[in-house]
Amino acid sequence: MSLTKAERTVILSMWDKISAQADAIGTEALERLFASYPQTKTYFPHLDLRPGSAHLRVHGAKVVAALGDAVKSIDNIAGALAKLSELHAYILRVDPVNFKLLSHCLLVTVASHFPADFTADAHTAWDKFLSIVSCVLTEKYR
Amino acid sequence: MVLSPADKTNIKTTWDKLGGHAGEYGGEALERTFTSFPTTKTYFPHFDLSPGSAQVKAHGKKVADALTTAVAHMDDLPKALSALSDLHAYKLRVDPVNFKLLSHCLLVTLACHHPAEFTPAVHASLDKFFSTVSTVLTSKYR
Repeated sequence: MSLTKAERTVILSMWDKISAQADAIGTEALERLFASYPQTKTYFPHLDLRPGSAHLRVHGAKVVAALGDAVKSIDNIAGALAKLSELHAYILRVDPVNFKLLSHCLLVTVASHFPADFTADAHTAWDKFLSIVSCVLTEKYR
Repeated sequence: MVLSPADKTNIKTTWDKLGGHAGEYGGEALERTFTSFPTTKTYFPHFDLSPGSAQVKAHGKKVADALTTAVAHMDDLPKALSALSDLHAYKLRVDPVNFKLLSHCLLVTLACHHPAEFTPAVHASLDKFFSTVSTVLTSKYR
């Protein structure tokens, strides 16, 4: 699966708006994740995950920043996220199922912040993009 | 996820040991899939799916032959399975979830018939192999 030219354009054109609200979007996506899928909290015993917590904001910002790196190198996401890929493979070991859950929450968050932009085509582009990122982050597991 | 040299050796060695029974095992894996996961039957409204069905046996042989081809071309699966990939993308459109179910049943079938070969390491290699084939077959969906 790879992104078509049109899909790349959609992602790049929406990215500025998204990164302008990076903290809010990252935090909200994580809040949604932990609320809808409480089992995902098990990966963060060391963080305060209550809504509004500083930890959530910091971690949310990190996640969106990493997505930004992938967007900037959209033709070579594997290269851009190589270190993160190793982190997930050798240290974090987040079960791949959870990437779909976080991707879903990111899509819901982006959709709710930018409803006019989040057309069916944009939705597809972002879903494919997050799928590719998830693949990259889990490809060194075994 | 990449097949290591050790994985490839495990896969080739195991497949050679199947001794011409691959077709039979393909049929059994399909029967197991339809029995354990009845939703998978929806893709075969044109088949007789009762136990012992000749159509299921024939289809099992088709699946096994494709896997045998894949084993012979592990270094270039996208090219070797390109036609099958197109078929699944544009005609069959089997939901990707189902590839995991069939892969599971293939593993169970092989484990039943070749318990001595089916060590944890071989199990892991075969699981990676079926995952990789599944990814290729769903890579052109969108």
